[in-house]
Amino acid sequence: MIPLIRRNAWVAGLCVLFILLAITTKLIQPDYGAGDFGSLMRAVLPYAFAVAAQTVVVIAGGIDLSVAAMMAVTSVTAAAMMNGASESHALFVVPFVLALGLCLGALNGFLIVWTRVPDIVVTLSTLFVFQGVALLILDAPGGGAAEWLKGLVVGTVPIPFLPEGVTAWIPKALVVLVICLAVVWIPLRRSQLGLSIYAIGSSELAAFRSGVSVARTKIAAYAIGGLFAAMGGLSLTLSTGIGAPIPGPYLLASVAAVVLGGVALGGGKGGLLGPIIAVIVLRLVRTDLTLLAVDPNATTIIEGLIMVIVVMLGAFLAMRGRNR
Amino acid sequence: MACPSAPGTLETTGAKKPVTTNPILDATGVAKNYGAVAALRNASLSVLPGEVHALMGANGAGKSTLVKILTGAVRPSGGRIQIRGETREFSSPGAARRAGLVPVYQEPSLIPDLDIASNLRLTRTPVEPFAQWVRELGVNDLSLGATARDVPLAIQRVLDLARALAAEPHVLLLDEMTAALPADLAERVVDVVRRQSAAGRSVIFISHRFVEIAAMCDRATVLRDGETVGVLKIETGVEERIVELMLGAKIEKARGVTHGARSTATVAGPPRVAVRNLAVGKLQDVSFELANGEVAGVVALEGQGQDELFEALAGARKPSAGTIEVDGAAVRFAHPADAIRAGLALVPGDRSEALLMHRSVRENIALPFSAPFRRWGPIALRKERATVTAAIERLQIDTRAQREVQRLSGGNQQKVTIARWIAAETRTILCFDPTRGIDVRTKREIYRLLRELAGQGFSVLYYTSELDEVQHVCDRAIVIFGGRVVDVLPVEIADEAALTRAAYGLPRQSEVAP
Repeated sequence: MIPLIRRNAWVAGLCVLFILLAITTKLIQPDYGAGDFGSLMRAVLPYAFAVAAQTVVVIAGGIDLSVAAMMAVTSVTAAAMMNGASESHALFVVPFVLALGLCLGALNGFLIVWTRVPDIVVTLSTLFVFQGVALLILDAPGGGAAEWLKGLVVGTVPIPFLPEGVTAWIPKALVVLVICLAVVWIPLRRSQLGLSIYAIGSSELAAFRSGVSVARTKIAAYAIGGLFAAMGGLSLTLSTGIGAPIPGPYLLASVAAVVLGGVALGGGKGGLLGPIIAVIVLRLVRTDLTLLAVDPNATTIIEGLIMVIVVMLGAFLAMRGRNR
Repeated sequence: MACPSAPGTLETTGAKKPVTTNPILDATGVAKNYGAVAALRNASLSVLPGEVHALMGANGAGKSTLVKILTGAVRPSGGRIQIRGETREFSSPGAARRAGLVPVYQEPSLIPDLDIASNLRLTRTPVEPFAQWVRELGVNDLSLGATARDVPLAIQRVLDLARALAAEPHVLLLDEMTAALPADLAERVVDVVRRQSAAGRSVIFISHRFVEIAAMCDRATVLRDGETVGVLKIETGVEERIVELMLGAKIEKARGVTHGARSTATVAGPPRVAVRNLAVGKLQDVSFELANGEVAGVVALEGQGQDELFEALAGARKPSAGTIEVDGAAVRFAHPADAIRAGLALVPGDRSEALLMHRSVRENIALPFSAPFRRWGPIALRKERATVTAAIERLQIDTRAQREVQRLSGGNQQKVTIARWIAAETRTILCFDPTRGIDVRTKREIYRLLRELAGQGFSVLYYTSELDEVQHVCDRAIVIFGGRVVDVLPVEIADEAALTRAAYGLPRQSEVAP
């Protein structure tokens, strides 16, 4: 029970941090409202999917440097396919792009298992390859997106029996995020595959001896990472209406949120909720610093400090908890 | 012998099984090559239903490789494995498990970051029988929600065993199961193994403890140098036969001492190093002294705590009890740097643990003394160069491959490690299996070097897994078994046979011979 509480304690701590930041925001900018929260969530969306992609891979004991590049490929693929096509055509595009992400991720995993080249080298190479592929598909930002898809991330969800004052604070982007993550993560977490992913991240040798197929599990973990990256790519296209072939700043942000979210970079520990809250926290920090009109160059310094302090504090508390 | 159905003497235990039954597991001619090295040449093992079968052999005889092949963790290069007369080849531990071969490996196999329940789910082990076995093995306060990492090592072993038992294996493989267990838990294990046997299930039992083997095994297969050299029925007096088989022809040609052993007590004053009642890891209570100018051998079977002893002396691990004295003064090492300052330096068997493989010979030798702690400013290059050159010449290190130590042969790498400590004027060298994987000629050079150093007043503690080395280099042999010093043999009688006997905890032969 104690480790369970400890695991959740990290998430709880992040929630507290989030609430403190929310209060700070309200103090700095008294008219910060539901609309601003909605746009925050829309901005968070691609980051959150990048974080989810990274989290699965890191839990399996790996790292995926090609997350942002996969998002670029899937984003431009979606935008190019939907450009000028009918609204219903998008019904076909979405599953195709998701499958594409799955394949790109599986390719990463397969190369790592097959060539036995370290994951960091393989995904660095595929980062460059995917970047090039994205530029081949669209050499400049362009393409389009179906209107109904764009509508998915704008506005709020009307929920019956809830006053509008409440529903105004539930932006569609948040609902989409929660549903997309839950649909993949919850069944995974309860399956043998999910367990195996944690197992190979914790100890490859022990997992092998327990009868887990390490190679297959690793490929699956990268494939699921690719699937999340494709969701990220789609969310990019949806929120901007076009596809951008140059990868955004999602790679480092994803690693940062994974660390801040209580996932051990060595693998085997942590969950998805922590990193997701962590990425929202990091975005909110940036919003606050912008509202305070802090020099943008100082902003990154403060973000870095927050990360170091939180991770140190977490390790310190965990150590004290163990010694007690 | 607490079990009422198998009373009295060892002979009856051995004779109770009918020999005509078909074997449940039959491995013949199993071989495994790693590159040019043959870990197994021609191993056979035949296990009858309901039999408890001991698998024995000296270090490096191939026991672990055979176990890994039988359980699908390693693919054999040759040979045939039959289960109930049907030829099988396992591609993974999972496949072997499904065929009813379930191992408990030497090291814990639980996933450290998962809780116990998840670990069970991973191997699809039913919880209820598992919990029942855990209770029967004498552990009553286990929570399934506990993370495996937080469970003490001995209990993890019990959980491994319970998980294996819950899978209802036809053949259970126990690799050094009892080594890490306290006596009461080890007894429970013996009990459980007997019950498996009574239920018609087979157990392959690997252990260095003759007492346990005599208590529960029916037959023993003995491996030597990757080959099966004998299958024996367990009865009184079989220990001697097993030791003979493990040693093979070696027992005949007892070699003499190849160096002039130091006459004892030539140096006055306190011993260089004195270890008193040391407890660390598997070591329970170890005391010995290392004199000035002495090379003392340490002999032990694998996993008797010799690693921990050397780590404690080198300052890499804190002992849980006991004291270490250097030159008569008690010391406490918080860091290897403390031990080095006190003049104790480790030469590990694995060179990569000691050397900077990508750096030059010079840098490697100069490392400890050109960068002393708490000293700033530029390195005194000329002085450094002189010291390093002296050390290289003295050890005749082949320096053609100057740039990167990793290009040197293993023997020359080991010389660099030793040269480093000589150059740093360290007076006590802790050699942990220093000649592992080194060619014979260089081995000889290392022996000669260590003898020379001893002649100049250096003290050397020398653990070796190759027992014949003792008479090449040591003045006496300290034998550790079950966490304690069981014997100290003067070099004149420390031949391989005597050392092997002592290492298995058997009394000296002169005392048992009629």
